[in-house]
Amino acid sequence: MITLLLLFFPLAAAAFVFLADHKLAAKLALGFAVIELAISGYAVSKFLKEGSEAFFVFKPWISYPKISFHLAVDGLSLLMILLTNFLVPIIILSAFNRVIKNAKSYFALILTMQFALLGVFMAMDGLLYYIFWELALIPIYFIALQWGGENRVAITLKFFIYTLAGSLLMLFGFIMLYWYNPAHSFDIRELYNSVVSEKNQSWLFWMFFLAFAIKIPIVPFHTWQADTYRESPTQGTMLLSGIMLKMGTYSLIRWLLPVLPLGVAQWGPLAIALCVIGIVYASIIAIKQKNLKNLLAYSSLAHVGLISAGIFALNIEGLQGSVVQMIAHGINVVGLFFCADIIFNRTGSQDVYGLGGIRNKAPMFTTVFMVILLGSIALPLTNGFIGEFLLLYGVYEYNTWLSAFAALTIILGAVYMLRMFKKVMLGPTSLRAEGFTDLQWNEMLALGLIVVLVIVMGVYPKPILQLAEPALQLILNKSIN
Amino acid sequence: MSEHLLNDPTLIFLGLLIPLLPLVGFLINGLLSKFLPRGSAGWIGSGVVLASFICVVFIFKSVGPTDMIHIDLFNWIAVSGIDISFGIHIDPLTIIMMLVVTGVGFLIHLYSIGYMHDDEGFNRFFTYLNLFIFFMLLLVMGSNYLVMFIGWEGVGLCSYLLIGFWFKNEAYNDAAQKAFVMNRIGDLGFLLGMFFILFNFGTLEFNIVQKLASGLTPDSTILITITLLLFVGAIGKSAQLPLYTWLPDAMAGPTPVSALIHAATMVTAGVYMIVRSNVLFAMAPATMTIILFIGVTTSVFAAFIGLKQNDIKKILAYSTVSQLGLMFAALGLGAFSSGIFHLVTHAFFKALLFLGAGSVIHALHGEQDVRNMGGLRKLIPITFITMLIASLAIAGFPLLSGFFSKDEILAHAYEANKPVWIILSFSSFLTAFYMFRLIYLTFYNTFRGTEETKSHVHESPWTMTVPLIILCALSIFGGLLGLPEVFSEHHWLDSYLSGVTGGSVPFLHHGEHLSHGMELGLMSLAGFGAILVILYARNRYIKLHQLPPDETALKGFEKLIYHKFYVDELYEKFISQPVFRLSEFTGNWIDKFIIDRVVNGSGWLVDFSGRTLRLLQSGNTGFYVFAMVIGMVVLFIIRLLI
Repeated sequence: MITLLLLFFPLAAAAFVFLADHKLAAKLALGFAVIELAISGYAVSKFLKEGSEAFFVFKPWISYPKISFHLAVDGLSLLMILLTNFLVPIIILSAFNRVIKNAKSYFALILTMQFALLGVFMAMDGLLYYIFWELALIPIYFIALQWGGENRVAITLKFFIYTLAGSLLMLFGFIMLYWYNPAHSFDIRELYNSVVSEKNQSWLFWMFFLAFAIKIPIVPFHTWQADTYRESPTQGTMLLSGIMLKMGTYSLIRWLLPVLPLGVAQWGPLAIALCVIGIVYASIIAIKQKNLKNLLAYSSLAHVGLISAGIFALNIEGLQGSVVQMIAHGINVVGLFFCADIIFNRTGSQDVYGLGGIRNKAPMFTTVFMVILLGSIALPLTNGFIGEFLLLYGVYEYNTWLSAFAALTIILGAVYMLRMFKKVMLGPTSLRAEGFTDLQWNEMLALGLIVVLVIVMGVYPKPILQLAEPALQLILNKSIN
Repeated sequence: MSEHLLNDPTLIFLGLLIPLLPLVGFLINGLLSKFLPRGSAGWIGSGVVLASFICVVFIFKSVGPTDMIHIDLFNWIAVSGIDISFGIHIDPLTIIMMLVVTGVGFLIHLYSIGYMHDDEGFNRFFTYLNLFIFFMLLLVMGSNYLVMFIGWEGVGLCSYLLIGFWFKNEAYNDAAQKAFVMNRIGDLGFLLGMFFILFNFGTLEFNIVQKLASGLTPDSTILITITLLLFVGAIGKSAQLPLYTWLPDAMAGPTPVSALIHAATMVTAGVYMIVRSNVLFAMAPATMTIILFIGVTTSVFAAFIGLKQNDIKKILAYSTVSQLGLMFAALGLGAFSSGIFHLVTHAFFKALLFLGAGSVIHALHGEQDVRNMGGLRKLIPITFITMLIASLAIAGFPLLSGFFSKDEILAHAYEANKPVWIILSFSSFLTAFYMFRLIYLTFYNTFRGTEETKSHVHESPWTMTVPLIILCALSIFGGLLGLPEVFSEHHWLDSYLSGVTGGSVPFLHHGEHLSHGMELGLMSLAGFGAILVILYARNRYIKLHQLPPDETALKGFEKLIYHKFYVDELYEKFISQPVFRLSEFTGNWIDKFIIDRVVNGSGWLVDFSGRTLRLLQSGNTGFYVFAMVIGMVVLFIIRLLI
């Protein structure tokens, strides 16, 4: 029952918020999100005591074609659920004290999004998973379309169509898999055990890979990203970059590696090369970005490139690194976009070159921004370091030169982040920074929680590593056989 | 290496207190500074470092040359293949470094109470300084490369924060960023070096790696790769060619920072790291040759630049680069304990020189150009005397600390490689010259600034002069740590460190040991040389009243060294600018005009499917969503009920 509660509570909450008053919407949504976080806390304790059996849900749904309502939670899913349920309250909190029209729809959509994301991380039936995957696109589409910036219509449409195109390929892939496996089922257990011929895996790989590569995104399938991040309302950007893109990297681990091991063996080297090129490519572009949100988008692109590279390295260090980094990146990127939002909210500008001297006015804000930034550039004892160390080591085990090239990110990351920080935060007080007020309570709370996690995860990542290890080991064994 | 593990709980407790105290100081000053009375941050900050120093002294007294303390705090990164613990390791090498870090660190904290007295960022300054001490201690106390790396990058962060301490100044911010980025270039090498170690030895623990390595064939590719990569890290952190240009710029930070971070402690981390891995390095003679080459070149290169600088702190900065080069030369010769010996004495006299320079700058209200100084000898006598002695020490004046430590390196060079000996001797004569150029221009003749400035010149408060006096005593007597065999029965530092450096002895090539007569001869040669150079400088700047000419009057080689061989300009033109242009080109052209165009028009396929899908949903999208969600939920519920 805990599984169903965990999954459907946000949906029920969404309905409730939608029916409530506009003024109360944000508070209600936050309350529900916190309860959901508490439920996931309970889920963790249950998981530690009873293991994944306690979360197993299996109900036949449609008999032909055989689709079942199959949910399960292992260490990997649990961590993704925790990430989602931690970030959603933060994201809602970040919208406090901001004027949002039609608030109840806005927050209801955020909670619906949470529901869909959780579904993606729990679903163990291919088609059920696909439904959640697509479902997640709908709330974010409306959030970006209704509450976005000036060019939102065209940009949101491009984003929608682009990712949908990828998803359709995946749907086609699932249908093919259904026919190829002898049990004729979408169930993940059947997919893991069936052996599809090498020839078929070869092209099925691309069906899935493209879907995920667009969502993550992996260069060169990324051109929807910066525009969408910039034009979406802040909470939309946070949902997209903090959680939604993890759907892609999570799916690489869950639905690509173990399902199509031969396809991965054949095309993995190309994929990892793309990922690594993407890291350096995105980092270089980030250096000279003029728009703060664009810069963060390219920085995020570099980070997820490394996460994906670690996954395709096909070793436990790479996989562990990717999981840690998914969480770290989710936390940090939400923090960074929140900082960008605070700056935009106060100054009306996202122009890196037109700001400056904010530090003189807002020392507290500067400190938290700095700490999150350090997490993002992977300073040791921050969460980003653990992930980056394991990822780069995973890639190193795969190929030394590739790792050395990917590791350029530690130099380039410092260049674009510190350059941005210098231009935006330091120096003499710019005209726009005059009257910049320091953090309000909700901002302090949200960013404070993020800062604490940045450091705690960096000092003591063991619980995460331990939680993920068995699940990843199992998946890895399936993937390299 | 038969090491004896100490398990005394008191020692373990003290060992943990050493890094924790500055951390606590950092937290108090950082989080509670608003609630503390103004100025208290300085005393809290200094107090915790002093307490730390006392703990180190206790440990120093109980840990003999072959003893060590090992504390595993917790598993830090544990994945099935690798297991990296957060471990602390204390042995004689650690103790020497800790004594310097907390001892000199405390004096500089104390000094800063006076120096930063009127600064609005007083509390923030001590917060950063305490954080620095914490990371620096972690760097030298870590039991494996990854914990060392925490400290390594952590001190880099503090260096960044303190160089850009006066963050309203754009140039200072640029200097801070440059320091961080250049350090990161080195750190990339360090990181990859760690990957190689982890992959080949399965661990990052210093002791285990050293033991396993000594079983390998010397000079194997893997050892050369590892040591070269680690050395890249050292080059960045210790400002060696070609990654040294950040250090002179780092003088933008407050002067105590230059003394602590950019002279006495952080920049010597590279030296420490190599001595810590001495077995690996000794087994890779190719790397040792490269270290020797880089050390010697840096030493003489930076000394040349130091000849023509006019900013008092810049002169000292290039001097630091040059002296670090000397230390690396020692390491390259396999004289690990000599490198540490010079590290220690250099920490004394260079910290003193910077603090003295700070005192001068303080007295002159921010003036840093030696051309506008002069005649200060009578006005700030304590500063003058202490700086004079420090200059004598660095110049290698007989019997002062620098004389012994430098001589030891020169003697090793003489044994192993005569050309290296000649170049290093030459470089130390250059050092003697530019140091006394500084002393004479600053303290002798008449004051060249305005009358108004002169009337305000005053000696610094006791918090500043006491550290000067203590460091001065250390600069005089520091040589006792390593009296050569000619003067005493044994070399104390060498035997104290023998447990650490002993493992590399079998792999080092040993030349003919110098006879005592020869050693004395070399020493007198170096001593007399230094004195002659000082007299030459005296003649030039006191007798002939020469002043550094205007830059436009410089020609040829003088112009070249005045402009620091144009290295900054070269880096700007051939590295920074191309990267920026590449960034713009990639962002504006490749990304927008190629990739995105391909996407937008990826034939009619995307467009077509897009249009089709839009038609599908064009009726009433909201309804579709609604129906979809409701339909799904209903179906689930039915299924679950049945």
